This record gives sequence, structure tokens and C-alpha cells, in this order.
Amino acid sequence: MTDSPMTRAARATPPRVARRIRGLSDRAIAWIFVAPTIFLLLAVNIFPLIWTIRLSFTNFKANRNRPIEWIGTRNYERILTDSDIWLTMQATAHFLFWTIFFQVLIGFTLAWLINRKFRGNDLWTTIIVLPMMLSPAVVGNFWTFLYQPQIGLFNYVVSFFTGADPSSFQMIGDVNLAPWAIVIVDTWMWTPFVMLICLAGLRSIPDYIYEAAEIDRASNWRQFWTITIPMVLPFLMLAILFRGIENFKMFDLVVQLTGGGPGSVTELTSINLKREAFEKWRTGYASAYAIILFVTVFGLASIYVKALNKVKER
Amino acid sequence: MRAFLNGLARFRRGPWEMLASVLIGLGVVMLMQPYVLILYTYSFAVTLTGTVLFLVVSHFPEDEA
Repeated sequence: MTDSPMTRAARATPPRVARRIRGLSDRAIAWIFVAPTIFLLLAVNIFPLIWTIRLSFTNFKANRNRPIEWIGTRNYERILTDSDIWLTMQATAHFLFWTIFFQVLIGFTLAWLINRKFRGNDLWTTIIVLPMMLSPAVVGNFWTFLYQPQIGLFNYVVSFFTGADPSSFQMIGDVNLAPWAIVIVDTWMWTPFVMLICLAGLRSIPDYIYEAAEIDRASNWRQFWTITIPMVLPFLMLAILFRGIENFKMFDLVVQLTGGGPGSVTELTSINLKREAFEKWRTGYASAYAIILFVTVFGLASIYVKALNKVKER
Repeated sequence: MRAFLNGLARFRRGPWEMLASVLIGLGVVMLMQPYVLILYTYSFAVTLTGTVLFLVVSHFPEDEA
């Protein structure tokens, strides 16, 4: 008869260790297993957060060797009365709203189309998902070429449909068009992610619900609004949560694409924060800035998760 | 409206969470609106109050239906 893996593990444990473990309670053994994770969580997440809160009340500069001075809430006051930072908040709001709007709209439509059984549907899914697999730095770089007024493909496509001269407009260099340029690229890259989540939602709806609706002579439109949308809603909300949090801290793609320019019209909060922390080296100020962003995202995520749970309970 | 106020008075989770959510939402709108600088200035105070309130009231008992 062969030994079970448990028996083999017990036999391989040195007698001294085995004796020590046998004397421990289940609770103590559970703590031994959980302790490394708790330690890591404290070291990597909780401690830096508390340290950042502490630094946010000081004038600490990481590149200067001078004593830290406690300045109370002055950093917060400066940030919350600075009209330049207010502009970056508005740029972030514009970016967040429109990227999520387009990604949900196009992602859901694509998922709905892909969910219909047709030949080559797996191939199309793979092709659509490709942009999501690329590095944001690469995407940012090659879209700068696509947006080139003289040789860029994007300008030629627009001119083909509108008749405008391709070199008459600059997506990245124009203060009115640059915020839309980053929205287009982020939408192009991350719509497949929303599509995949929506597709999972659509595929989780059992066929018999539609069959019952057909027997009740419900129209396609009615089936869509009373079956499809309510059942996909938790998935859609999850997609919005993930994209919202990700886009709130968007950095790499926009830095590669516009570098925050022209002027500062595409300078999102994360780019501005990085400049304050690692170019101007105002560490205390940047800590207060980070805490403001953290509280905003944390608050929004809290109410969003509550809403998500309510939708799932229905 | 009366049920909402009653819930607030009896420290029930639902109405208090609603109040905290409204504060957070209001704070975020104040932070990102492009019209009035003074609203932006006070946005963090409103969001922080809402978030702390949300954390506290999520430990309140549920309203028995």
C-alpha cells in the first residue's frame, strides 16, 4: 500500500520540529501561516501610507539633508488654493469621464456582437484583444507617429472622411485636440478589456431566460432592456470600477504621447504629482497631494463597491 | 423622507451610508468642477468627512425591514 502525501510529509518532518508543532494550538498554527502575509502587508502598504500622512504635514525634501519641520496643514492649503493643480484635476476629470464613456459604449457593443454565434468569432476576439496586450509605452510611442500631421495615418484617415487637409490639424500639438488625442488612444487600448468583461457577463445569462421571454412574446428590444442589461450590469460596474481606478492614476501612456503638453492641457494629476515629487523634490507637498488623491479614490471606490453589492443582491 | 430621518435618528446603517455617499460624491464633483475655485478649496474637507463617515457608519446595525 502506498503512503498518502500527508503521511509522507509527516514522516519527512524532523522529530524535533514535529514535537514542537504538535504542542501548538490550531489558532497558533493558523497565525504562523498568516503572519508573513500580515507582515508584508504592513511593510509594503500600511507603513508607507502612515509615513506619507506624516510627511504631508512637513516641509520635507528628499534631496536635502536638513531637519524636517512640522508645518501643519499648510501643504494642503497650498494645493487646494493652487489654480494650476485645479486645472490638472479638470484635465483628469475630462480624461476619466470620456474614456470610461467610450470604453463602456464600444466595449459593450463589441461584446454583444461577438456573443452572436458566427464563423471566425474566436479569431475576431483575439484580434480585438491585441491592443490590450501591448505595453503602454509602446502604444504611446507609435500613436505619436500615427498622429504626425505630415506622415501620420490618423490625419489621413480623418481627411479621407472629412475632406480636410491632413496637415491642417495636429492632434498632439493643438490645445483643443490634445485632450481628445489621449482619450482616443486609451479607448483604443482598453476597450477590449471592457469587452472581455461584458462578454463574460453576456455568456453567463442562461438561454432559458430568453426562451421564456420569447414564449411571452417579448420583443428583442424588451429582452435587451429587461434581461440583458440588468444581468450584465454587475459586470459592467466592475469594468467601470477597474477602468476608473486605473485611469485616475494614468501615467505612462500620456507621458509617452504628449508629456503633459501642449502647455499643461494633458497634464493629469499623476504626471503633476510625479513632477512635484521627483523633479521639484517637494516631498512633503507631494505627500499631501497623494493623500488628497488617495482619499478621493478610496471614497469613490467605497460607494461604488456598496452599489455593486446592491446590484448583485437583486 | 420621514423614514430616512427616522433612520438617521436611530443610527441605522442605510440612511447614514446614503448621507456619507452623497458627501463623497459632492466632494468629488467640487474637486473636479471647472467653475468656482472656492468649491475646489473645500472639496477635500467634504470628501474626507464623507469617507470617514462612511467607514464609521458601515459598522452601524442594518435597519430591520
